[in-house]
Amino acid sequence: MHLEYTVIEGDFVNAGSASSSIKKTLKQLNVSPSIIKRVVVALYEAEVNAIAHAYGGVITADISSNSIVISVADKGPGIPDIDWAMQEGNSTASPEVRDMGFGAGMGLPNIKKNVDRLDVQSTVGVGTTVTMEVNIC
Amino acid sequence: MKLKAIAELLNAKVVCGESRLDEEFRYAFASDLMSDVLTLEEHNPIILTGLCNIQTVRTCEMGNLSVIIFVRKKKPSPEMIELAEENDMVMMECEYSMFKASGILYQNEIEPIY
Repeated sequence: MHLEYTVIEGDFVNAGSASSSIKKTLKQLNVSPSIIKRVVVALYEAEVNAIAHAYGGVITADISSNSIVISVADKGPGIPDIDWAMQEGNSTASPEVRDMGFGAGMGLPNIKKNVDRLDVQSTVGVGTTVTMEVNIC
Repeated sequence: MKLKAIAELLNAKVVCGESRLDEEFRYAFASDLMSDVLTLEEHNPIILTGLCNIQTVRTCEMGNLSVIIFVRKKKPSPEMIELAEENDMVMMECEYSMFKASGILYQNEIEPIY
């Protein structure tokens, strides 16, 4: 199954709507609750990141019988130093993002904790693609 | 402890989810940082928070957390209540500070997660 969602820059009101939709789909597919939780927590963090830090982007989810692969591809500005961004506590979040309860530099580390495979590709001025995979069995 | 008893202890107003007030809860977690809330493992805690916006409800939806108590006189918006109702959540408003609300629950044997 292939699902696709558009993420709009700065659209904090709808942040999480793609995660919520994917959560409902996974429930309908009878995926175990603990797997669903890991997937949606990681995806929600990535979705908030795309809205908070990037100029919008696209979320795709590919669900097979073995795994769930989710990709969040944004349109920039890109991450200059991915190793720095992966460290807990490091953040470039705006005051607006912090007011929403995020921006403490915990997003990427929390994504890493919840998924079986994480790949972050980023080019400054072009964009960032975060690919996350969770095994179903 | 039943949610009904928790509401009484905190002198809290139940905003939605009244049909669930007989459910028992053992743990609570207090934070204004949603990233902290998203790190919680499966203990099904009540969430106490002073952060009152739509992302508070979204975060709890993603984390399978279904009881939110807003402290410091925060009042959820109609959009927040609608989203909470869609997800069968219980929300309460409490006038106490986070410290006082947490202290009362701790004193009455609601447990921390860690």
